[in-house]
Amino acid sequence: MVPIQENAMTIQLRHNFMELKAKMTKNEAIEEANRCLYCYDAPCIKACPTSIQIPNFIKKIASGNMKGSATTILEANPIGASCARVCPTEELCEGACVLNSSTKPIKIGELQRYATDWAMETNAQLFKPSPHNGQKVAIIGAGPAGLSAARELSRLGYQVTIYEAETKAGGLGSYGIVAFRLPNDVVDWEVGQIKQLGVNIQTNTTVGVDISAAEILAQYDSVILAVGMGAVPNLGIDGEDLEGVHDAIEFIRKTKMGPLTNDIVGKRIAVIGAGNTAIDGATSAVRLGADNVQILYRRTQKEMTAYKFEYEFAKQDGVEFKWLTAPKKIIGNKAGKMTGIECVKMQLGEAGPDGRQRPEEVKGSNFIIEVDAVIKAIGQTRFVSLIEAFGLAHTNGVVDIDETTMQTSNDKVFACGDVVFGNGQGEAMVVTAVQQGKDAAYKIHECLRKPSEIA
Amino acid sequence: MADLHINLAGIKSPNPFWLASAPPTNSGYQVQRAFEAGWGGAVWKTLGEPILNVSSRFAAVSYNGQRVAGFNNIELITDRPLEVNLQEIYETKKKFPNHAIIASLMVEPKQEKWHEIVKRVEDVGVDGLELNFGCPHGMAERGMGSASGQVPELVEKQTYWVKEAARTPVIVKLTPNITDITVTAEAATRGGADAVSMINTINSLAGVDLDSWNTVPHVAGKGAHGGYCGPAVKPIALNMVAECARNPLVNVPISGIGGISNWQDAAEFILMGATGVQVCTAAMHHGFSIVEDMIDGLNNYLDDKGLASVMDLVGRSVQRYSNWGDLDLNYKIVAEINNDVCINCNKCHIACEDTSHQCIDLYTEDGRPMLKVREEDCVGCNLCSIVCPVDGAISMVERPSTIPPMTWNERQTLISSLSK
Repeated sequence: MVPIQENAMTIQLRHNFMELKAKMTKNEAIEEANRCLYCYDAPCIKACPTSIQIPNFIKKIASGNMKGSATTILEANPIGASCARVCPTEELCEGACVLNSSTKPIKIGELQRYATDWAMETNAQLFKPSPHNGQKVAIIGAGPAGLSAARELSRLGYQVTIYEAETKAGGLGSYGIVAFRLPNDVVDWEVGQIKQLGVNIQTNTTVGVDISAAEILAQYDSVILAVGMGAVPNLGIDGEDLEGVHDAIEFIRKTKMGPLTNDIVGKRIAVIGAGNTAIDGATSAVRLGADNVQILYRRTQKEMTAYKFEYEFAKQDGVEFKWLTAPKKIIGNKAGKMTGIECVKMQLGEAGPDGRQRPEEVKGSNFIIEVDAVIKAIGQTRFVSLIEAFGLAHTNGVVDIDETTMQTSNDKVFACGDVVFGNGQGEAMVVTAVQQGKDAAYKIHECLRKPSEIA
Repeated sequence: MADLHINLAGIKSPNPFWLASAPPTNSGYQVQRAFEAGWGGAVWKTLGEPILNVSSRFAAVSYNGQRVAGFNNIELITDRPLEVNLQEIYETKKKFPNHAIIASLMVEPKQEKWHEIVKRVEDVGVDGLELNFGCPHGMAERGMGSASGQVPELVEKQTYWVKEAARTPVIVKLTPNITDITVTAEAATRGGADAVSMINTINSLAGVDLDSWNTVPHVAGKGAHGGYCGPAVKPIALNMVAECARNPLVNVPISGIGGISNWQDAAEFILMGATGVQVCTAAMHHGFSIVEDMIDGLNNYLDDKGLASVMDLVGRSVQRYSNWGDLDLNYKIVAEINNDVCINCNKCHIACEDTSHQCIDLYTEDGRPMLKVREEDCVGCNLCSIVCPVDGAISMVERPSTIPPMTWNERQTLISSLSK
């Protein structure tokens, strides 16, 4: 890809990737905050995986206590500014708001953004580390789970080192969520907040390459594995090595790392899969100037795993959905460039073990879709070799843990986030990973705390 | 269409909505605009000896984002020459002969001062006079306004002096900055007042600026108490009107003032004994056009109630206002929660649990959160129904009493008769 010159198109592309939703104005925020009923035993708190004291932070916006509001949010959720933007709020806090039954729910996500934006703009340091307790914890992966664990551990007095393979910390927030939902500066600020607590983040450090699992196990009192997931797996069909075949994660990652390129402008794109990453890939392609973007899914709208708001958003962006369509083969020309996809129509058969009806091919229904590029978004691979390097028991790449202690098969190693999530349960949310990170930190503290402190 | 005309102690106006003596009635231009908008009368901004005003005069109190829940001012009476005001009153009355123009007056408590000003304003054709014994700020420091309105003897004497000279009806405007307003209302009646109006503004400091530590408002870093009005004062005013209305010694019509913002507020004042109402803050907040709904809403309300005239509504609730000692101790209401309407905010539970009588239980039925009132512990305080954000979720329902009604006064009488 060739970075293009700063011209009208570049400016347009950059504009396309700016944060979509405008921040609430002060008046809007106060008006909305005053609408909150301040429920007792509020259902929104229970619906939040990190249990943010939502009515409290909202009341504080209304009273002008912005520092208190931001602290209430970030206390419960170290990456509360990101979550304000990426949480499926209508399925969580806003979905639980009692006002759904009478008027309309409070815009909790937008208020959370308003309060955390205040913290970003003023760059107030809201948390302090405790004096070192002499114990060291290594965290593998600087994504939402790892950062969350690091923040809590440093506040408890641990010396924390995070090993991150990428050039930047942030994980999914830095590389996997489209910039028009989650701009880089939000994640950068959150990472900065955690670094300020004395957390040492070793970026460009791949465990197993730059440092071995054995060395880490030897050097630290405890280890947290929070590596998330990897690249999109192969479709297992012919033509995947042709030019024009993209991995959705990699595709989105390039739009986050900039500069934006013009190689999608005017192209016809097919996205395979119908999860949230597929939607991100499709809407990114639209924003990169694609002429036509269609999502191919072998099941129907009912079975797709994308959130409803993501689906609506993609439709508004002009993304077409082709249900009951599965790719059979990617077709290319002599130059090694792809020119289309051979697909087959599907129909839903008997329900599988996950309860969803199994798609079956309709014999003889093969057809060809002419596209210039395809984006694969059919899930993510697992870091099996890394898990095995630590000698941890796992099931299909999902690390086995004791759910009450967060411990893996090695008592010294804890695991949280996407690496422990899965096997048919859809996609884990950022906010759940954050909570697991907190939990892992507290469990480590329970294990490592000196007996004198407990007494 | 009901008849909205009123006759307050001989002052007639096409509807009961008057603008109170205040900034909205500062000039002929404003009063004429108000009449064009539909206001039935206007009490002209108080006339008196020449004064000077300061800059930075008003402040308001917001509540949970709602602007002008209460309003505070340190503006004095008119700062325009008397001649100019009289000329404009004359012109306005000529243009709007059927609308009521009342001159608000404030002079030093001297007989000749009152005689002189009464003569001058009556000469230009006002329909009545309102004696400003109420303004609590500024003029009070010079012995006028509420300073004289707080002394029953001064109220009586000055009313008497005015009545010596007046040919038009005299309304005495009372200050609420007094322990018992019926005392000064009685004094005004004794002095010969044809009507009383209430309330004037309440002594107030709107706020303190948390950054500069200045008062709100401040004049070059210094503040002084102002007069409070607007929606927040309505219950205080309504009580004062009602107390005067049920006092047999205050046997004159009442012009109700204090936080009236719409036809519903007006109807409440009228039910409690006001023959008409005066409005200021609502007009200052929204402009003169608000009178359109006041007229329309009151009209529709009277039609719904089958009343031909607004005068038929006057005082209809007065006999229901009484002393605490005359309330039935055996009357019983309890809260009843409709879980089908309830949205489970649990505000009733925590309000009752923390601050009332601990009788609303939270429980779950088939996994559904529910609330229930333990009737035997409910005292019928209403708090739960007050904090409930959903209409129809909590009703206060009557429970038949097994014993006959008895008031505290009856009880005391009975006890003393038994002990004889």
